[in-house]
Parts: sequence; C-alpha cells; structure tokens
Amino acid sequence: MLVVENLHKSFVTAQGHLAVLRGIDLTLEAGVSLALMGESGSGKSTLLHLLAGLERADSGRILVEGVALADRREADLARWRREGIGLVFQQYNLISSLDVAANLAFQARLAGRYDPAWVTHLAERLGLQALLTRYPEQLSGGQQQRVAIGRALASRPPLLLADEPTGSLDEASSEAVLALLLQLVGELGCSLLMVTHSERLAARLDRRLVLHHGRVAAVSE
Amino acid sequence: MRLCLLALLSHWRRHPLQGASILTGLWLATALWTGVQALNSQARADYARASAVLATPAQAQVLPRQGQYLAQADYVTLRRAGWAVTPLLEGRLRLPGEAGGTLQVIGIEPLSLPAGSQVAGQPGEGVDLLAFIGKPGQAWIAPDTRQRLGLPLGETMPLSEGLQLPPLVEQAQLAPGVVVVDIAQAQALLQVPEQMSRLLLAGTAEPTLPAELADRLRVQPAEGADDLQRLTDSFHLNLTALGLLAFIVGLFIVHAAIGLALEQRRALLRTLRACGVGLATLLAALTLELGLFAVLSGVLGVASGYLIASLLLADVSASLRGLYGAEVAGQLSLPAIWWLAGVAISLLGALLAGLSSLVRAARLPLLALAQPQAWRQAQSRWLRGQALLALGLLVLAAICWGLGDSLVSAFVLMASLLLAAALLLPALLDGALALLARRCRGPLSEWFIADSRQQLPALSLALMALLLALAASVGVGSMTQGFRLTFSGWLDQRLAADLYVSAPNTTQTQLVMDALAAQPGVEALLPNWTLDTRLQGWPVQLQGIVDDPHYREGWPLLEQQADAWAQLAAGQGVMLSEQLARRLNLRLGERLTLPAPSGEQALPVVALYADYGNPKGQALVAADWLRRAWPEATLGSLAVHLAPSRGEAVQAWLEAAYADAGVRVIDQAGLKAWSNQVFERTFAATAALNSLTLGVAGIALFISLLTLGHSRLGQLAPLWALGLGRRQLAGLSLGQTLLLAGLTVLLAMPLGVLLAYCLVAVVNVQAFGWRLPLYIFPGQLLNLAALGLCSSLLAASGPLWQLARRQPADLLRTFAHER
Amino acid sequence: MSASRLILVMLACLLAACEQAPAPSNGFAGLGQDAADFAQVERGRPLVFPLDEGAHDGYRIEWWYVTANLTDAQGREWGVQWTLFRSALRPGPEQVGWQSPNLWMGHAGLTSPFGHQHAERLARGGIGQAGVVAEPFSAWIDDWSLRAESGTQPLLRMQAHGEAFSYDLRLHSEGPRVLHGDQGYSEKSGKGQASYYYSLPFLRVEGQVEVDGQRYPVHGQAWLDREWSSQPLAADQQGWDWFSLHLADGAKLMLFQVRQADGAHYRAGTWISATGQAQALRGEQISLQPLAHTRQAGGQQVPTRWRVQVAEHGVDVEVDAIEPNAWMGTAFPYWEGPVRLHGQPGGRGYLEMTGY
Repeated sequence: MLVVENLHKSFVTAQGHLAVLRGIDLTLEAGVSLALMGESGSGKSTLLHLLAGLERADSGRILVEGVALADRREADLARWRREGIGLVFQQYNLISSLDVAANLAFQARLAGRYDPAWVTHLAERLGLQALLTRYPEQLSGGQQQRVAIGRALASRPPLLLADEPTGSLDEASSEAVLALLLQLVGELGCSLLMVTHSERLAARLDRRLVLHHGRVAAVSE
Repeated sequence: MRLCLLALLSHWRRHPLQGASILTGLWLATALWTGVQALNSQARADYARASAVLATPAQAQVLPRQGQYLAQADYVTLRRAGWAVTPLLEGRLRLPGEAGGTLQVIGIEPLSLPAGSQVAGQPGEGVDLLAFIGKPGQAWIAPDTRQRLGLPLGETMPLSEGLQLPPLVEQAQLAPGVVVVDIAQAQALLQVPEQMSRLLLAGTAEPTLPAELADRLRVQPAEGADDLQRLTDSFHLNLTALGLLAFIVGLFIVHAAIGLALEQRRALLRTLRACGVGLATLLAALTLELGLFAVLSGVLGVASGYLIASLLLADVSASLRGLYGAEVAGQLSLPAIWWLAGVAISLLGALLAGLSSLVRAARLPLLALAQPQAWRQAQSRWLRGQALLALGLLVLAAICWGLGDSLVSAFVLMASLLLAAALLLPALLDGALALLARRCRGPLSEWFIADSRQQLPALSLALMALLLALAASVGVGSMTQGFRLTFSGWLDQRLAADLYVSAPNTTQTQLVMDALAAQPGVEALLPNWTLDTRLQGWPVQLQGIVDDPHYREGWPLLEQQADAWAQLAAGQGVMLSEQLARRLNLRLGERLTLPAPSGEQALPVVALYADYGNPKGQALVAADWLRRAWPEATLGSLAVHLAPSRGEAVQAWLEAAYADAGVRVIDQAGLKAWSNQVFERTFAATAALNSLTLGVAGIALFISLLTLGHSRLGQLAPLWALGLGRRQLAGLSLGQTLLLAGLTVLLAMPLGVLLAYCLVAVVNVQAFGWRLPLYIFPGQLLNLAALGLCSSLLAASGPLWQLARRQPADLLRTFAHER
Repeated sequence: MSASRLILVMLACLLAACEQAPAPSNGFAGLGQDAADFAQVERGRPLVFPLDEGAHDGYRIEWWYVTANLTDAQGREWGVQWTLFRSALRPGPEQVGWQSPNLWMGHAGLTSPFGHQHAERLARGGIGQAGVVAEPFSAWIDDWSLRAESGTQPLLRMQAHGEAFSYDLRLHSEGPRVLHGDQGYSEKSGKGQASYYYSLPFLRVEGQVEVDGQRYPVHGQAWLDREWSSQPLAADQQGWDWFSLHLADGAKLMLFQVRQADGAHYRAGTWISATGQAQALRGEQISLQPLAHTRQAGGQQVPTRWRVQVAEHGVDVEVDAIEPNAWMGTAFPYWEGPVRLHGQPGGRGYLEMTGY
C-alpha cells in the first residue's frame, strides 16, 4: 500500500546544508508492521514526518495506493493526515482543552468516521473508561499515551505511524502500552510503521529497516 | 545576587516581546498619567500666576457701586483720608494686525503698593521701578504670552488710534494673557482717563467708607478661597479621572506581562532556589528587575506624557478660557521634578502590577512539578475571589448612589462600577462560552469553544482593559453627544434675540437703549440689569429682567410653578439656575434669602432653568425689584429683537455710532458660534484622552495575544498533525479572538450606557450642578463596537499572521521541545 | 514693591554718594541727558516769599523738613521729624495727571522715651495725592500734612503717623526767616555744587503725640528747613552730617559737613543770634569731631556723640544723641534724631547723618 522511492531530504541549518535522507527506498504492504531503526540523527523521524505529510521531500516519491503524496496540495496532505493515517508521537500531543473522551473521538469525527461503539471499545481496551471526563494534564504519561493511541486508531486508519511512542515512559508502562498498541493494530488489521530504538520492541514487529546516515543500512524480515 | 539577576534577565533575551510589553504598558500608563497631570498642574500654576499678578497681603477691596469704574479723584480722596489703598485698572486690549488676539491689561500704581507686596510673582527688588513708571515705560508680559502673540521685545508697539504699547519686558512669573503696565499707560490704552477698576485694601480689615464716598463706592470683604481654583476644580477632577483610567488600563498590560514572565520562569526560579539562592535574594532580584523596567519606562513615559500634554494644551486652555475666563499659557513647562515623579509613578505602577506575581514567586514550592490542574484550581479560586470583590464593589457603588453627594463619591461610584464589571468579565465570558459549548456538535466547534475557555485566563486582563476603555468611550461619548444635543437646543431657545449689545456702564447702556428705541425695525429691547453677589460663599449673578413675552416664549424652564413669569414680573418670585438651586439646596416654592443692602429680602423660587456652561450661580428677578433692592445694580447689556433682515443694518449703525464709546455688539449667530466653539474644545481633550485609552486597550490585547502566541503553538500543532490546514487553524484562532472580543464588546455596550447615565445624572450634577437627559445614540454604539472589534482584529492579526506563516518545521519542533 | 531704587535716585541728587548709588542717572532714562534742562541754582537770585515756600517745579530735588525738640508733662525729652521730598524724574513744569514729572516721598520720625519709630510714604505727583501749595501754605502726602491753619497765620499744623505712633502739632513762628549762605545761596562743595536754602528756626511747638495708643501732651521748639537744587553733589562726596541747634541763650546754630573721601570735608554753617541776625560761617570757623559711635540696627557705625566748636561765638559743646538708635530704616536709610548739648552754652537740637 505504501511505496517509497529514492527519497531525499535536507535541511538548512546554522552549520550549512544538512542532508538527512539520501535516497531511501521502502515498501510497506497492507497489514504489515515495520520497525524503523537507527542511531540518533540517522533520519528516522524525518522519514516518518515525510510519510505523514508533515513535511515535503526534496526529491523521490511516496506512493500511497499508487498516488504520489508529494504531488498533493496542502489541503490534500491535511486530508491524508486526517483520513489516511493515525499518528502517535513520543510527546503524546493531546489537545489540552478537551477531555479524554473528546480527545479519543476527535480525529475520527474530523475524518467523518466516528463509530461510538468502536471508540467505546477502544477506551475499554486501553483502560480509559474511568478517565473519560478527565483532562490530559490530569493523566500520567502512560495514560496520556494510551489516549493518543486510542485517538490515532479511533478513525480506523489504514496506516499507523508511531514515533517512539514509549520513549517517554518507564519500562513497565512502556511494555504494557506497546502490547496494547500491537494488539489493537492486529485487531484493526492496519499497517504499522514505528520508529524505535528498542531492539526488543523491533523484534515483535514483522520487519525492520535500519537507517544509517540517511541511507538504508539493513533490511530484515 | 548578580548571577541570580543575570539568570533572570536572560529570560528577556529569549522573550523580548514580553519585556517590550512590560515596558510599553508602564510607558503608556506613565505617559497618560503624566500628560494629564502636566495639563492640570500647568493650569493650576497659571491660576496661581494670575492671582499673583498682585500678591499683596490685601484681600478686601473697594469697588464702584455703579458700572465698571470708579473715579481717580475718589482714590485720591481715600488716600488723603489715610486709606492704604492701591488702584488697579483692568481691561482688554485688542491687538492690531492679523495676529489679532486680545490681552488683558492690568494697570498698577507701584508706589502705592503696600510694603512687601509682590508684583508679577516676584518681589520688587529686581524691578526697575523708574523705567516702569517713566517714559516710554514698560509693559510686562509673560514670555509664553509674548511668543504666542509673536510680539517684539523691547520696542514700543503702535496700536490703533495713535495708542502705543510701551516696550515689552518679560516677567517669567506673570500670568499668561496678561500685560501689566503703569496705571497711567493703562488709562491711555483703555481710553478711560482718570478711571480705575478697583482699589485693593492692605490687610483684611473692612473699614467704613467716608460718607461722601459711600454712595459711589463699596467695600467688598476679603474672599477666602480663590474663585478660579474653585470653579475649575471639577474640570480638573474630570481630567484626573480620565488619566487615572488610562493609568489603570496601562497597568493591566503590565500585570499580564509580568504574570506571564513569572509563569514561564517557574522552572528557572525553582532551579535557582535548588542551587542555593535564598528566597530573599530571589525576590530582591525580581524586584530589582521590575525596578529597572519601571525606571526606563518612567523616563519614556514622562517624555511622551509631556508630548501628549503639549498637544492637548491648546484645547484645554481654550476651554478653560471659554468656560471660566481662566488664562492658561499655551506652553508647558517641564520642571525637573516631573522626571522624578514620572519614575515614581511608574515604579508604583510596576509594584502594583507585579505584586501578585512576587507573592506567587515567594510562595513557589521548592520541588513541586508544574501542575496545570493545580493552577486551574487556583484560577477558579481566583475567579471566585474576583467575583466576591466585584460584588463588594457593586455594594460600594450602591452606597455611593444612594448616599453620596459629592464629586468624589460620584467618581467612586463610577470607578467601582467599572472595576466590578471588569472583575466579573472573566466569569461572564466563561459562562457565555459554557452556554455556547452546549450548542456545539462538531469536533472542531467543540474544540473551538473549549480552547477559547482555556485561553480566557491569559486574555482576561487584556479583555478587561478593552471592556473598560470601550465602556468609558461609550459613556463619555454618549454624555458628550447628549450634551451637545441638549446644549444646542437650549442655546437656540436661550439666544433668541437678534443682537446682544454691551456697554461699559449703566449710563452708556441707557443712552444706547434710548437711541435704539428710535431705530426702525427694533421690535423689542430687553435690558439686562445685573448685580454680582455671593450666596453661601458662591459667586452669584442676579439678573434683573423686564416683563416681556420674549422671555415667556423663549426662556427654557426646567420646572415652574403656575404663573411663574407673572410672579417674577411682580417682584414676587425668583428663578434660579439649576446649578444654583442645587448648591443652595432650594426647591420650587421655597424661599431664597438675598442679602440686599437695605436688609435681607426673601423671594419664593418660582422656576428653575438650565444654565449650561456657567460656573457661577445665576438668579432671575424683576429688573424693578432688583434696582429697588440694590440701587447699585448695573445695566451692562441689552438683548435686541429686530424685524426680519434688519440685523445687519442695526448692527452696522450701532458699531459706527458707539464703537468708540466701548459699546460692543454681537449677533446671535456669532454668539452661538462662540458658545459652540467653547463647547467643542472643552470636549476635545476628553475625546482625545478617551481614544488614547482605547488605543492602550488595543495594545494590551495585542501584547497579550503576542505573548500567548508561543504557547498557542503547542496547542495548535497537534490539530495540525491531526489533519487541519495552517490557514484553517489561523482562521479558527482569529475566530476565537473575535468571539472573546465580540462578547466583551457586547458587554461593554450596556456598561457604557450605564456609565453615561452615571455621568449625566450623577457626575455632571456634582461637578457642574446640571443634570442632562440620557440619550443613547445607536450609531455611536455601533461605531464604537466596530472600533473595538477592529482594534481586537488588528491586535489578533499580528500573531495570527505569524502563525499562518510558520514553517511546518516550527510546528514540528513543538512535538520535540514542548514540555 | 521696594522703592529702594527710586529713592536711591532721589537721594543721589541730595547726596551723590556714588558708593551707595552706583551711577543712578544711567539707570533712569532722561535724567542724565536732561540734567542740563533742569533749572540751575544761581548766586544772587533773590528769594521771594511766600512764593518760594511752595514747590519749585523745574528744579530736580526739593524738601520741606521739620524737626522738633519736645518735652512732655513729666519733663521727658521727645523728638519729631516731618519731611516731604519732591523729586522730578524729568525737567519741566508740573503737569496735571500721571504725566507729572514729580515723585513725592514723606518721612516721619518719632523719638520717644521708649525708642525711635519711623514711617514712609510714596506718591506720584499730578493726581493730588501729594503736593505743596504756597498760599495758603499746604504740604501733604496721603493724610500726612503740614499746613497753615486758616486765618491764623503764622501758624502751621503738622500731622503724620506710622504704624504705632502719630503726632498732631501746632507750630507758632516766633522769629524771622533765615537765609543761609549768600542770601539763600548755599554752597555744598568747593566746586560749585549749591542749593537754595532757608530756615524757620524760631518755631514754638505744642500739641500731642501718641505712642502705642497712649497720648502725651508735648511742647517745645521746632526748626523748618527748606532747600531745593538740581545739582548732584561731587563724585567724591560720601554723605553728610548736619546739625540744627537751639542754644540755651536763645541763639541758633546750623552746621554741616559734606564728607569727602580724601578727608578734606566741606564745612559750612550759619550763626543766628537770638534776635534772628544771621552770619554765615566758613569751614575754618567750625570744628566738628566725632567722639563715640553707636552700632545701628542695619549694622552701621554712626557717630552719636560729637564735639562741636565755633570759637568765634564761644561755642564748645558735646552734642549727645538722646536716643543713639534713631535710625531711619526707610528705603534709603539714615540717622536722624534729637540731641542734647553739654558744655558752653547748653541747649538741644537735631542731628542728621547720611552716607554711613
């Protein structure tokens, strides 16, 4: 469902021109989970941002169901983010003015795919039933990340992009959150692309891709 | 301490905008306050200068019983009877040429001044007496007056009709608009040989006049307070109140910015304390930092306050001259003390605005994590506290309304109303948003309202400022417009005659009257006998009028008894101006006791009438009655009703025949134009200060939004990531600001009308003695509402423009850096 | 307003004490340039009475000056001074109204057993507030006056008052008018400065003085001086000391010295016999010697005891101030007070000292 061809991306920094991605090729089939690995600065997050339509590539193509993402206008990119993907960040990024219930339902409602039964089910599965009327600040980090995962999956996206979703959590909560995430992805049958440092975590996904200096260093099943 | 201060100050490098907003707030607050104070003190200093033209210990004076002048021979008689009197001759001198303008001429006789008196505000030692009384003599003038009129220094100046003004000599302390000359020169310039206006008595004793003079002269006892000062007090109090309002609005900005800076530096403060910096040191450093801001903006504030004052001075001095005959210089002086005072007021403001932040910093727990929820709880406690305070203020307002009977209580009423409204604003807005939230169905609209409520605490101060400024604008605007309407209607009725003629004395006026009676087209001649006296210490003019249908038809009465005019004509009633009735606390039907020389006379009050713009009291009585009770009543002016289209001819004839005799003629249109001009200028300064205050509120909103911009990004970025376009986000943000501002504007309108009501029904009554009907001008309200919305739109557009222009990378960065 | 500058100018004409009055004529437009236009004092001009009792318009400076030595019922000694100065700002005749060139200044002094008091009045000429009329004689400023009582010539009534004193005295002339110098032409220096000068030294006085609300009937002797001139004194003349003495034997003595910076004082005087015969005294006939000084309120050291000798007439007396602090703290201050004579012959009189 997702094909990446020869993707290049560079940034202008104070030190000069910095090439972050130098020709990435990648294919992700429907229902497959992929761990995106590599040391800091290898370009993992940038690749994720490009896939999410948060940034545009300098060259190369991202094809979604055969259509190039780079050709789309900003409004179409926004729509891609809204309807095509679910996003989970390390920093949760919940909407502070909305309570947990509203946060959970937010993207699904934006995408026009709000299914109360599914959201209730998600809340149950994520253990959030008792927290629905709370506000993000009133939650622990693990709770917040569970809300973020619920929000991303509530719209039943074909693709879930996660950027170190457990990076801010301690090991125990991290394990629990991740288990939930994988279970739900499995239930939903969506593809998953997850940036992670964790070898142990990567081992639980279908495939892995290791980046080094903006290039694909290794691919493994 | 130094390290601590440096660490604290580093914050401003990263957030220059916050620093700028603190500076701006203090600067504007100080500037407006200083400006108003400069205007007031300039005016007051000039009154002092005016009364110091002749600062003798003398207070009591000898005045003519009839007309403007007393004979010089009577002065000599009194001197030779051992009276230590010194003569004054006063009059107005019209300057020739385009420059035009008039000067008040004061003729003095320096040799007869009691020892130790001051002339022109300075002791006599520095005065070249011989040059003053010799030839060609001297004309003393204040430097500002001379410059305003563009007169040459040290040269004899030819005037019309072969007269000449002696060489001008500057006297710094002299009152503006005044030229002091030797009495000999004054008699020549004013063309009143061997005449004097009044004689000042040394000391406060009131000796009895010799019998042969008593029928021509009278001794007026010493007057306590300075009339000018008293009459203009209310005018200055109004200005002061406006200045205070502007100051408070400015402090709102400062308070907002200081609070935000503290919030953002919580972590830094904790770190510093964790590193072993004592609480006292930290507080001292914070205070010092605040002090730096205050000093800097204080200096800036004085400079711009001075600028504001100098721009407004022309209007203020014109209205003071028109309303009270008070001369105020056209130039400001800026004594060094102002700089200190400005810095002091800025320091005070900074301390007021920063006090709560300092207290919060002092209470900051050493190891607590940032707990937004705790803050939110504190916020709701704070809201409850505000609401309680607002209720207290409303009670105070009610007390002032019910029991207050002074200008101060009137202003306290207004201030507590305004402040209560401002304090209630966040709660009201929150309530309104909560109501709106119930009607929202979509995710975006829910977010829109929820997020607006979340922004409310940070914006509430700026919105309060907007509320205050707008309400004040509506209030003052309605009052001004309403006054304009009332005033011009009243003027139309009151100024019904075609020509108004004034002459220097009774005899002259009667001559003119007789001559006019023989002129064709003269339909009615209404002589106006006057007598100046004091009732309960207040200067009052008694006007004796004749029985004429023109009065019955034209003179507007507020309240009257049946047959009021008939009773007046029969000498069995008196009509009082509204302000006099209020001051004397007299109602219709009650009796007014008048201190006639032949014994006290009591007349029932048969009617009350409006007498807008007159700082003195006025009472109408029958002319015959007045002349019987006060033989010294004078006839100084005539109202002439003419057949249609005879106006110009009669005026021209009068001017040709009597101009040399000092007879002045003004037509109805000229008098109206003059009155309206005084009116306009009176409110010009008010209007200017008002729009400045509105501008300050706009800036407060702008700065609040700007400081909010950074944290807003953290709240908007997730939405963007979830699939909203940047433009859409900017639009939503703008919508939020407009919603809040719009609600505020909506609340400001009824508040403004309430304020207008307080102004016309309470403040005006206390300040001037007249009550005006309340008018509401929907067009004006719409205009101001639009202005308020526009200024908030403008304030919101800057930060939003930045948001719309943000690179995605900036938004992304918030995912990595925030929290 | 302090009129000190005005009075400086006025008195500069009398005293020309340049140290005290720096270039006054430059400070007043008209005075310097027009000085020559003032009427000049000339030797040989006969004085005409009563015309010359009045004001001499056209001359720059003029005064009517009465001093009286009085005794009250308890035998205590009193002194009274009544002075009217006329000073013209411009040459030319008197004019009616403010255009008058004249300024008038009145001084009144009272030396009582309780101390010395003084008062001052200023007025413009031309409006009637102050002036002098020759016949019937009347000199006045405000409500101070010196005037002939109607129909009872030669009798003058003299009135003045200050803050806490007043006097009302009648002056009877009991001797002839005396012309000083050369038939009234009185030189004031060796360089031609001169004035017209005559006196009425034989005046008997009776009347009342009032001090602090208390009235005292008094009687005694008075001396009226009349002098007018246009010429200021010479530049090096600092001030003067002037004596009018009623000698115990009935004779009168007028002496003055104009002090010069170089110590060569100009002295002159008039010996008046008891019958009124006058003889002008030259400087070398007169010896004036200060014996003791008194410090005045203004800090000035003023000689209040003198040795006065006119050997030719057997006069050798110590002249002693009755009140050593008879200081006239007027705008232009000077010393003026009654004196007592010890020695041969005794008597009393008045002393005036300026320029200290």
